[in-house]
Amino acid sequence: MELLGWTAVELGARIKAGEIRVTEAAEAVLNRIEEKEALYHCYLTVDRERVMAQAEQLQGRLDKGELTGSLAGVPIAVKDNICTEGIRTTCGSRMLENFVPMYSAGAVSCLEKAGMLLIGKTNLDEFAMGSTTETSAYGVTRNPWDISRVPGGSSGGSAAAVAAQECFAALGSDTGGSVRQPASFCGVVGMKPTYGRVSRYGLVAYGSSLDQIGPITRDVTDCAALLETIAVHDSKDSTSVKREDGSFLSALKEGVEGIRIGIPGDYLAEGLDAEVKAAILKAAQVFKEQGAFLEEFDLGLTEYAIPAYYTIASAEASSNLERFDGIKYGYRTKEYKGLHQMYKKSRSEGFGTEVKQRIMLGSFVLSAGYYDAYYLKALKVKALIKKTFHQAFQKYDVILGPTAPSTAPLLGESLSNPMKMYLGDIYTVAANLAGLPAISLPCGLDTKGLPIGLQLTGDSFQEKKLLQTAYIYEKARGVFPLPKERK
Amino acid sequence: MGKQYETVIGLEVHVELATKTKIFCGCSTAFGGEPNTHTCPVCTGMPGALPMLNRQVLEYAAAVGLALNCRIPPLCKFDRKNYFYPDNPQNYQISQLYLPLCREGSIEIDTVQGKKTVRIHEIHMEEDAGKLIHETGVEQRDGQTQEDDIQEYSLVDYNRAGIPLIEIVTEPDMRSAEEVTAFLEKLRRIIQYLGASDCKLQEGSMRVDVNLSVREKGTEAYGTRTEMKNLNSFRAITRAIQGEQERQIHLLEEGKAVMQETRRWEDSKGESYGVRSKEDARDYRYFPDPDLMPVVVSRDWLEEIRSRQPELAEEKLERYRKEYQLPDYDIGILISSRHLATLFEETTALCGQPKKVSNWLMGDTLRLLNERGMEPEKLGISPEYLASLIRLVDEKIINNTVAKEVFQVMFDKGVDPKQYVEAMGLQTVSDEGILKQTLEKVIGANPKSVEDYRKGKEKAIGFLVGQTMKETGGKAEPGEVKRLLKELLDASV
Repeated sequence: MELLGWTAVELGARIKAGEIRVTEAAEAVLNRIEEKEALYHCYLTVDRERVMAQAEQLQGRLDKGELTGSLAGVPIAVKDNICTEGIRTTCGSRMLENFVPMYSAGAVSCLEKAGMLLIGKTNLDEFAMGSTTETSAYGVTRNPWDISRVPGGSSGGSAAAVAAQECFAALGSDTGGSVRQPASFCGVVGMKPTYGRVSRYGLVAYGSSLDQIGPITRDVTDCAALLETIAVHDSKDSTSVKREDGSFLSALKEGVEGIRIGIPGDYLAEGLDAEVKAAILKAAQVFKEQGAFLEEFDLGLTEYAIPAYYTIASAEASSNLERFDGIKYGYRTKEYKGLHQMYKKSRSEGFGTEVKQRIMLGSFVLSAGYYDAYYLKALKVKALIKKTFHQAFQKYDVILGPTAPSTAPLLGESLSNPMKMYLGDIYTVAANLAGLPAISLPCGLDTKGLPIGLQLTGDSFQEKKLLQTAYIYEKARGVFPLPKERK
Repeated sequence: MGKQYETVIGLEVHVELATKTKIFCGCSTAFGGEPNTHTCPVCTGMPGALPMLNRQVLEYAAAVGLALNCRIPPLCKFDRKNYFYPDNPQNYQISQLYLPLCREGSIEIDTVQGKKTVRIHEIHMEEDAGKLIHETGVEQRDGQTQEDDIQEYSLVDYNRAGIPLIEIVTEPDMRSAEEVTAFLEKLRRIIQYLGASDCKLQEGSMRVDVNLSVREKGTEAYGTRTEMKNLNSFRAITRAIQGEQERQIHLLEEGKAVMQETRRWEDSKGESYGVRSKEDARDYRYFPDPDLMPVVVSRDWLEEIRSRQPELAEEKLERYRKEYQLPDYDIGILISSRHLATLFEETTALCGQPKKVSNWLMGDTLRLLNERGMEPEKLGISPEYLASLIRLVDEKIINNTVAKEVFQVMFDKGVDPKQYVEAMGLQTVSDEGILKQTLEKVIGANPKSVEDYRKGKEKAIGFLVGQTMKETGGKAEPGEVKRLLKELLDASV
């Protein structure tokens, strides 16, 4: 169906113009989901009746002229670690199999306010811990470009759903690359905004000082429109920042002249797949042809980003996940004697291996006698990384590099070599540690026909410049293909 | 004669702040309420919920810090204290370890040896936990109760979870139960004056843990200390200190070591028992809470807090001496409660008789408070009525005896004394004609006493005055009665 090929902004415009009814769009997406889910398994929860009732209601409000936003009526998917009032929110964990929040996340409230249609909740690595969506307790999501491969993670369900046209846009969450890397693997656009730009209220915390909700979309324009919708100050989140520069769509202007782009030499060094490297350099060339100033530079500290990231994220996770104890909500073991055993069994049975590993790692780095050597040191590294980026942004407007060292790996490949999986986050974690905005957008296909992601990183709260730079590239690149349809 | 020992005591005092809402969410802090009704996603530890600091908590905590002469650094942060317990909804408590709000303060106390300074190590903010309720239930399976049908279970009420607390940690500067009591009374009075808390030990809005060790007199090094918990009254604190110092001295005398541990005081038994040794000490894995931004404490804001600080007890003491010329004994009682002091000041402003107001407050008021088991804060007497009562006596509209009766009714029911006196017809019989009639009646009925008086027994007149008072229902002015009696008796000789 032609409708499914439109971008979110295109669909929004036609809904607003009355050419398409919200119910029609909803129906088309729901049918598509029904048709493709057996193949891809992007979603954990889709409630057809609820969606259709909601679509009717939204159409009514549109008819009355109550909804005027660019994305009103557009179906959107939300990662299942973002709370949705009255809709099960599992975090991809057995622990929260039947957890129905009584509140919506700040970002979800923004979607509702804009009149977007929540189509369903997408699959993810358990509690967003993983880079493949394989640690989900509810089965793997397959990459629409090649179903023998992972969609990336942890927002794999969201990225795959956008690529497979099972929604027009999606929300993911990014703690160390969890929006950008799956976007890269699935050939779509994914952005992690500046820390504090989007409310974290209702995002089930993994690494609180790093987590940020971000859009996953078909193109940069949709990304800007969706970011504009969710970048709202929230008085329920003390890390949410009040800003007046939230009209991102208006920033999408052509003309790259005068833009200074830096490429960290470390990002092109050993460990980077040759085909990915070639595609990145080609993309850089495109910017040069458009008139941008471009040069390679030494960013430094790259090798420390991953250990610092895993130390901080695991430490925070070990504390954040303490609330899952079987007492108030969530999974409780069947048979137990006494409180201690109830805790132990509930948590042992409710959490998967990857989550337990990170809880143990995090508890260790926070424990007496190790705190200074690990956690405190990691915080110092974090501060230094922030400083190196700050210095780099004195010279450059945007930093360009790959999103991931390779294209999507085969299912099962990563979990059997976790160290390689962790190292796969090498280009993405720095933006989280430094709190910076970064965007991944497709810049080509490798010889296996898999998408390659280009990552652009901007200075703190410089999303406008970042989006504009991405937009210019996207225009020069031309329309990126969708994965081939398979029966 | 054995060795001489010295007791060394430091305190950890938790004080519940009197905010209307909780420390990190908008839920009510009101006491009582059905279980889990003053709760929301934040204070029940729901996934994704985030804390937001209540500014009033910061204000109260800073006000206490300033009043305790603390240094307040420009930045403070919250940390997570991780431990699993069902009353702790997140399984971590948000507290302050690395950068507390206040440091290095002091309180001056009066001891038998004179003035003494007790240093404050720090004051930090934190959240309270919920409450566990342990129950035994019966689940019948075959209509008959069998042994394994009886289940012990626990319920948890999160109404209290997230109630703001400050923890005041002293240096080990106290040497006796008397010093501890003096410190706590002074601390309580300061915090009550600030309106930051009602500081009730019995109700748990003030909780005291006593760290105590003993050492041989003259030695520098501290002995091994224990931490005593579950102290719900000043009496319990005093008894626990005495018990613990005896226990430790006894151990040392026997050549045994004191174990570093947490002990629980059982006041009903007058003894304590160990609950957690140092070896069992938990690793709380403290780390900065990433959900809360560091709190920037500006000098301007602190000055604003300082400027809003009410007059504290010490300042009142000086002023009362000068302004009202009251004895120190009176002042001590009046300033023991901010409410009492305010009542005193307002009543005095209305009637201009500080000593009389003070007498009412120290005498009948305290007596009735004691009899009714009430705190001075619950006192409902209005300054207007108390001033009016004093005026009624001054103007001889009622006598002292009647005034005491009226006062009691006023205390219990809050009646307007003037209206009450009129309604009940309690005015002093001041009409000489009426009074003389009564006197003549009394004289006629008591010839023996009249006889005695005339024989020079001055005392006999007292009996006649008493009889007259009885006849008038207490409504006559005894002085006036005596004068008239003498006049009548002397004249008719």
